[in-house]
Amino acid sequence: MSNYRIQGATGDWEVVLGLEVHAQVISNAKLFSGASTEFGAEPNAQVSLVDAAMPGMLPTINAECIRQAVRTGLALGAQINKFSVFDRKNYFYADLPQGYQISQFKHPVVGEGTVTLDLGDGKTKEVGVERIHLEQDAGKSMHDQHPQMTYVDLNRSGVALMEIVSKPDMRSPEEAGAYLTKLRTILRYIGTCDGNMEQGSMRADVNVSVRKPGDPLGTRCEIKNVNSIRFVRQAIEYEAQRQVDIIEDGGVIDQETRLFDPSKGETRSMRSKEEAHDYRYFPDPDLLPVEFDDAFIEAARESLPELPDDKKARFVEELGVSDYNASVLVGEKESCDYFEELLAALAAKTGKDAKKLAAKASNWVMGDLFGALNKASKSVSESPVSAKQGADLLALVEDGTISGRIAKDVFEIMFETGKDAEAIVEEKGLKQVSDTGEIEKIIDEVIAANPAQLEQYRAGKDKLIGFFVGQVMKATGGKANPGMVNQLLKPKLDG
Amino acid sequence: MSNIDKATVAKIARLARIKIEEDKLEPLAGELNNILGWVEQLDEVNTDDIQPMSSVVDAKLRWRQDEVTDGDKQESVLKNAPNAEYGFFAVPKVIE
Repeated sequence: MSNYRIQGATGDWEVVLGLEVHAQVISNAKLFSGASTEFGAEPNAQVSLVDAAMPGMLPTINAECIRQAVRTGLALGAQINKFSVFDRKNYFYADLPQGYQISQFKHPVVGEGTVTLDLGDGKTKEVGVERIHLEQDAGKSMHDQHPQMTYVDLNRSGVALMEIVSKPDMRSPEEAGAYLTKLRTILRYIGTCDGNMEQGSMRADVNVSVRKPGDPLGTRCEIKNVNSIRFVRQAIEYEAQRQVDIIEDGGVIDQETRLFDPSKGETRSMRSKEEAHDYRYFPDPDLLPVEFDDAFIEAARESLPELPDDKKARFVEELGVSDYNASVLVGEKESCDYFEELLAALAAKTGKDAKKLAAKASNWVMGDLFGALNKASKSVSESPVSAKQGADLLALVEDGTISGRIAKDVFEIMFETGKDAEAIVEEKGLKQVSDTGEIEKIIDEVIAANPAQLEQYRAGKDKLIGFFVGQVMKATGGKANPGMVNQLLKPKLDG
Repeated sequence: MSNIDKATVAKIARLARIKIEEDKLEPLAGELNNILGWVEQLDEVNTDDIQPMSSVVDAKLRWRQDEVTDGDKQESVLKNAPNAEYGFFAVPKVIE
């Protein structure tokens, strides 16, 4: 249970949240036409006469879009409906040339499912999914290009969207953020949506209402088209407080559609859309019901990769990766792919069991690699050091060729130059000194050069061993095998 | 029985963006009521346990393969537009 409460003059208020997420389906062609879905083309270059709603044009369903919706439903453990119907949702807007959106109303392709939220510290919460239906995206209007005109580009018109509707199960901005994050991760893993919120391929309508804990649901407002997880949290905080203020001042909440303005951090009414809510749905006479069999569902199921929750459990239970590392790595598909590729290459190269290497490898990815990437403002996919190269570096540490300390220096050079670890170690002469005779010789020299410290050590200041280790490492340029230095140094100091 | 009044006709017309003169509202309400009344005769038939029919012929929905087979015809798409600029449809400003 969430303890998020709005403190009002009359006591604490609970916030009730439901999300409708619009996720653009990954497919080559649009939902009902053969035009391309690719982002960033010349205006109206990816528009068929179907998408432009020319008279007499008929829609034909793209099989892949149905398959992707089914795969998404399966990944959310949802009911798959072998019979679903496309309806017309009627409204007028300049970027909707048909005058209606083809959507699914009474019979969606996917029914109830679940998303498990990760709330940190191993805490989880289940949020119900009400349904997923397929529908057409609208075109894009640009209002700021001409003083009197709005420019309309229909390239996006007719691209398939999945509308994923949650139950009103969330109780705080954090839970809503965690829901979006998790949903995005799952969609990206299974490849049904690229989850790119900046480009608008994933956006959320947020339903917000408030009530005294234990009371029935309050009247909700819908905040439209919020396009980042941070904005979702901000919009909820503002909107919940606004509703509490109105109710406590003796007012009532009007059920309405609102817009979030990120620059002001507030929501405001979209009165112009009020009338548009009279959608007059009816079954689209151009389209017969969508029907498929169990074999279609099973084939979709078999095409699913390991899902994030399963992957995380495997990392922790089978590979001994810490819970925190596993959560972070699994959270972004690219990070996870990098880690898995690195671990496989490392195991192959060292001949050791992945289970023995996984914890160390995860620490390296999370620490050294992510640290350097953050500093350089790069994403994992832009890393100058490939997973294979990272594995080569860790293998050198694993077989004792270089120390962990030197590995950090080598990594820095790799990150800057993109060179392989072995070449750098060779070129700079960084191989760890593991030759007993050689190390002993240096130890003798260091002891001879520091008689005062030796005396103090022998008089009982045994912490000075650290000083001697430091001097030996310095004398070898950090290349002495630290384990061996420790082993050889003590007997000599003790005399 | 259905009962469409003048106000309903005006509302439907507005939703459909059809301009109807004030003096045509009342006659249209009458016509629409006649049509609905005629269709409502179907209510006399018992349709319990009967699935809604989606097609008069025994046909299944045709599916297309996920291939790009269309597009790249900006000129034809814009040909009938009352106004187009820089490859966009140019429409009177629509402001939120």
